[in-house]
Amino acid sequence: MRKLTIPEEEYMLPGHTACLGCGATIAMRYVLKALGKNTILSIPACCWAVIPGVYPRRTLQVPLLYTAFEVTGAAISGIREALNAMGKEDVNVVGFAGDGGTADIGLQALSGAAERGHNIFYIMYDNEAYMNTGIQRSGSTPMGAWTTTTPGGKRRMYKWEPKKSVAEIMVAHHIPYVATVTIAYPEDLIAKIKRAKEIKGPKFIQILSPCPTGWRYSPDKTVEISRLAVQTNMFPLYEVVKGTYRITVKPKNPKPIKEYLRLQGRFRHLTDEEIERIQKQVDENWKELLKKEKCTNEE
Amino acid sequence: MVKMILTGNESAAWGARVSRPKVVAAYPITPQTSIIETIAEFIANGEMDARYIRVESEHSAMAACIAAQNTGVRTFTATSSHGLTLMHELLIWASGARLPIVMSVVNRAMAPPWSVWTDQLDSMAQRDTGWMQMYAENNQEVLDSIIMAYKIGEKHHILLPTMVMEDAFILSHTSEGVDVPEQKTVDDFLGEYDPAFKLEPGDPAGFGSLIMPEGPYMEFRYKMALAMDAAREEIRKTTKEFGELFGRYYPGLVEEYHTEDADAIMLVLGTIGSTAKDVVDYLRSKGKKIGLARVRYFRPFPYEEIRALAKKTNMLGIVDRSYTFGYGANLYTESKGALYGHSDIPIKNYVMGLGGRDITPALLEKVFEDMLQISREGQVDREIEWVGLQGDKRWSV
Repeated sequence: MRKLTIPEEEYMLPGHTACLGCGATIAMRYVLKALGKNTILSIPACCWAVIPGVYPRRTLQVPLLYTAFEVTGAAISGIREALNAMGKEDVNVVGFAGDGGTADIGLQALSGAAERGHNIFYIMYDNEAYMNTGIQRSGSTPMGAWTTTTPGGKRRMYKWEPKKSVAEIMVAHHIPYVATVTIAYPEDLIAKIKRAKEIKGPKFIQILSPCPTGWRYSPDKTVEISRLAVQTNMFPLYEVVKGTYRITVKPKNPKPIKEYLRLQGRFRHLTDEEIERIQKQVDENWKELLKKEKCTNEE
Repeated sequence: MVKMILTGNESAAWGARVSRPKVVAAYPITPQTSIIETIAEFIANGEMDARYIRVESEHSAMAACIAAQNTGVRTFTATSSHGLTLMHELLIWASGARLPIVMSVVNRAMAPPWSVWTDQLDSMAQRDTGWMQMYAENNQEVLDSIIMAYKIGEKHHILLPTMVMEDAFILSHTSEGVDVPEQKTVDDFLGEYDPAFKLEPGDPAGFGSLIMPEGPYMEFRYKMALAMDAAREEIRKTTKEFGELFGRYYPGLVEEYHTEDADAIMLVLGTIGSTAKDVVDYLRSKGKKIGLARVRYFRPFPYEEIRALAKKTNMLGIVDRSYTFGYGANLYTESKGALYGHSDIPIKNYVMGLGGRDITPALLEKVFEDMLQISREGQVDREIEWVGLQGDKRWSV
């Protein structure tokens, strides 16, 4: 029998207000399990600004500072430095923000915090659009997706631009730890956060968090879709430790992305040619990642 | 106590230093920059024990101060003009979160067109943010007011942030003799920071969570309103207490100068006060009964003091170094609002010195003469007048 690597402690009580099948909720649960009690969270405007519950009820068992949309990076910098000034260097300081608050409006504050080198965690739960406001395109929305601001219509106005790679932007900041994870691989997720805990400096972790409401699929498919994202190479799982890449899950025979796309209403409109174009992009990204892994591991 | 020759910005840096903030967020903007530069030197030389966060914008400066103060330490930052208006969202956040942050604001004009000179639109545009707003007249007052701002704001029945204003260049880059108080005296006066609440592992409190319309959102705002009202008495009390300890007495919310028997009283903010005092002396020496009231605190607004002034005189002339497009400038409209139903004397708004245009004694003398004429006639010729426009012969001096 394999040893259970997921801590049994719970820091999320029942009663959250998220949609049925919400991937971001599972993400938070695992993150807190890995981080433990000695943690302070900061959350900007995003789904998770609402999920903890309405005042005075709250589902989280760690202290939480809500902040404005674009300031997560600055807020966790402030918490960190105040704690250090008080001699409390052992507390985990964690920003937990959505993809809009990270890839778009909060990118500047995140970049500043990363460059300054504070000892912080920044966790981007990536549901690939502005979901709290009702499914609007973000820089992290994948190519080809429908959203309410890329509604298709007669002119096929979907999101045709490639997904912005925030993880790679963070690698370019030369921070000591960058990783991608998803909820279908909880052991991988927890191992990476625990590894990050041992590293001083800014740690950036991007969690692909499927959203049944915005991606247009049945809520019971969240974990399945999360797993398919990895098995199709749509969302590779890797970590970059002090500049060295390591792909943590390598699908032996990657499945065609069509299997991933066809489960989700947001891609329903795609023609075979368009899917082929996206497949090419995914293949290229994967090849590039393999190259990065190879060249950063060479002596 | 040590006498030093300091600019307004150095005075602000000293005010911060002796108040011992644990976190300082720093972002440059002319003409504020030398405040954060001076603080950087204090910290680099081991003379000040604070974490110095070189944020990537003023917006992040305020966000970092909010988060740090909420974690349980005293914080400080400084800004001007575009930096202050960029912070706007977070200024409302800071007061709503009831965090007694103290910030230096060097009043500078807003673009376009670009201007780095003094003008008070930047801070006037922050009137409704829930911050206490204090306008200083000289460098000593800049330093002392920062210390007092911590003292007042940190009282648990107040818990509001304060911005301490100084006019660009007129104070920020002008040197004066300033008494720098002894650290021990300031420590005795301020005491250790005693936060009313803070983020602490083991205590799963949430700060700022969602509230439904039937929840206590409105009650939180009402408590803020009560705190801002209570701050008036706290300001009067603290200026007295400060005077007893430091030997420098400040007159609460409004400083009066020869108002006792004045036919007309001018209301001003900031450094216009010191120029106007000279003009009052000069005109008084010629037998003209004029007076001056320098509004130190614009928030909380000193409505009682202004009502009392109106009872002493026949005319109020309100000088504003900013304008609210659409109707009058802030000191004028607010004073008029405070006086409605309490006084029938004529009130006129003089809009002057925008974009750093010099407000000279000669120009103020003309304004005083205009005020005296209105006082004699018992009515204003016009409610609002811009003074000192290019080519306007009426005000040429």
